[in-house]
Amino acid sequence: MASPKISLHGVTKAFGPKKVLQGIDLEIAAGESMVVIGGSGTGKSVLLKCILGLMEPNAGSIQVDGEETTDLGRHERARVMRKFGVLFQGGALFDSLRVWENVAFGPIQSDGMPVDEAREVAAAKLGAVGLGPEIGELFPSELSGGMQKRVALARAIAREPEIIFFDEPTTGLDPIMADVINDLIVKCVHDLGATAISITHDMASARKIGHRVGMLHEGKLIWQGPVGEIDRSGNAHVDQFIHGRAEGPIRMQVRKL
Amino acid sequence: MSVPLLTVLGRMTLAFLEAIGSVSAFAFHAIRQAVQPPWYRQQILRQIMEIGYYSLPVVGLTAIFTGMVLALQSYTGFARFSAESAIPNVVVVSLTRELGPVLAGLMVAGRVGAAMAAEIGTMRVTEQIDALTTLSTDPFKYLVVPRLIAGIITLPVLVLVADIIGILGGFLVGVYKLDFNDAAYLRNTLDFLQFQDVFSGLVKAAVFGFLITLMGCYHGYTSKGGAQGVGMATTNAVVSASILILTFNYFITEAFFAR
Repeated sequence: MASPKISLHGVTKAFGPKKVLQGIDLEIAAGESMVVIGGSGTGKSVLLKCILGLMEPNAGSIQVDGEETTDLGRHERARVMRKFGVLFQGGALFDSLRVWENVAFGPIQSDGMPVDEAREVAAAKLGAVGLGPEIGELFPSELSGGMQKRVALARAIAREPEIIFFDEPTTGLDPIMADVINDLIVKCVHDLGATAISITHDMASARKIGHRVGMLHEGKLIWQGPVGEIDRSGNAHVDQFIHGRAEGPIRMQVRKL
Repeated sequence: MSVPLLTVLGRMTLAFLEAIGSVSAFAFHAIRQAVQPPWYRQQILRQIMEIGYYSLPVVGLTAIFTGMVLALQSYTGFARFSAESAIPNVVVVSLTRELGPVLAGLMVAGRVGAAMAAEIGTMRVTEQIDALTTLSTDPFKYLVVPRLIAGIITLPVLVLVADIIGILGGFLVGVYKLDFNDAAYLRNTLDFLQFQDVFSGLVKAAVFGFLITLMGCYHGYTSKGGAQGVGMATTNAVVSASILILTFNYFITEAFFAR
């Protein structure tokens, strides 16, 4: 593999006695789309937040373009953040701002782009996710869940980032809208030539948007490989997960009624 | 029996000290950020409108009725000693030194402190604060600092308005109900009023503005969980701001007027 865009070595994170990440090693090449799958509570979101610097790992190394990011100061962190775009699970749109202001937030507040120019950028990005300019005048609370996801995607790509994170991009959407979002993700990542990391438990989404898949279980990356090989991984945990079977090595902690 | 009691007391003391440390660190960080660019002027102006302009009706109503009641109550007491002429003095000193800043502070704490904690708390639990970070915007500078600056600037203005409206309330009751001569009432008011009375009230207001916004932001910013966490943050913001207002009111009064 050429010099990786993102590399993690021995990343651990615990909350009190609960060890959420237990020595994650992962390398993602530039332009690659990596999907991390795993059940609820296996540490997927924590992994994403550690890479983004929203959480500090207890140990290990996280490098972006070869630069160590675990010990960055505020200004350096802001500089590295310029490379990232994030689509949050719930959209995380700013509900006090109009849709176009949400999309133009990064260009205006962080890049100092003039408002008129940023408004045009917002209209173009909304167009890229299939929304007309009239949507820009609405507030997020006036949109459906699918439209909010599209706006959040438009905001994530507004600064043309080098790396895009997708946190459960299809959760809460109907299957058709989920597929629309998947198509948009594939198109946006391709058009930008970006590196993408997605976390999901939606296998249809994982198969569509990923080049490579890794499975996180009990804080460890227990399998990773090309998306085409996931059906013959030879890993019982992966098999159980991708087929959604209750029986298998993964035991859900469910209290008996 | 006494050991569990001591354990509980010890835990409560530790939790209290931890909370003080946490709030102090938050306040210190906020002050340090407030003196460094960039400043989000649009956000500061928006907060000045939220805290100041939209609080005017509630603060004005509180002030006018307080001034009116003060004049009436003073009259019932002072009439026994034939000291009715002191009513304008009592009204103006009480309002400018104490009731103006304290009542305005408590009203703003209830209205604005709660709203701030709810707004920032909701942003926290819906990942909007994380989203700010990923957009290379420091959420502390964007959310907390403008509110603190707006609180410190706006509360003194609100209190000045409350002082004037409260004195007007006392004047209306004095002239139209207690049959004071209007010119004499005004002359007594102005003769007795000193710069220090107003100044101490404005200093209190600036401190209260800082405390209200600090508590609103702190409890919102550190809220956890979902709706329950936001609800708790809102309650804590109002209660802690109200207690701090009354506590700091005593110490500022002592600093200005103790002999």
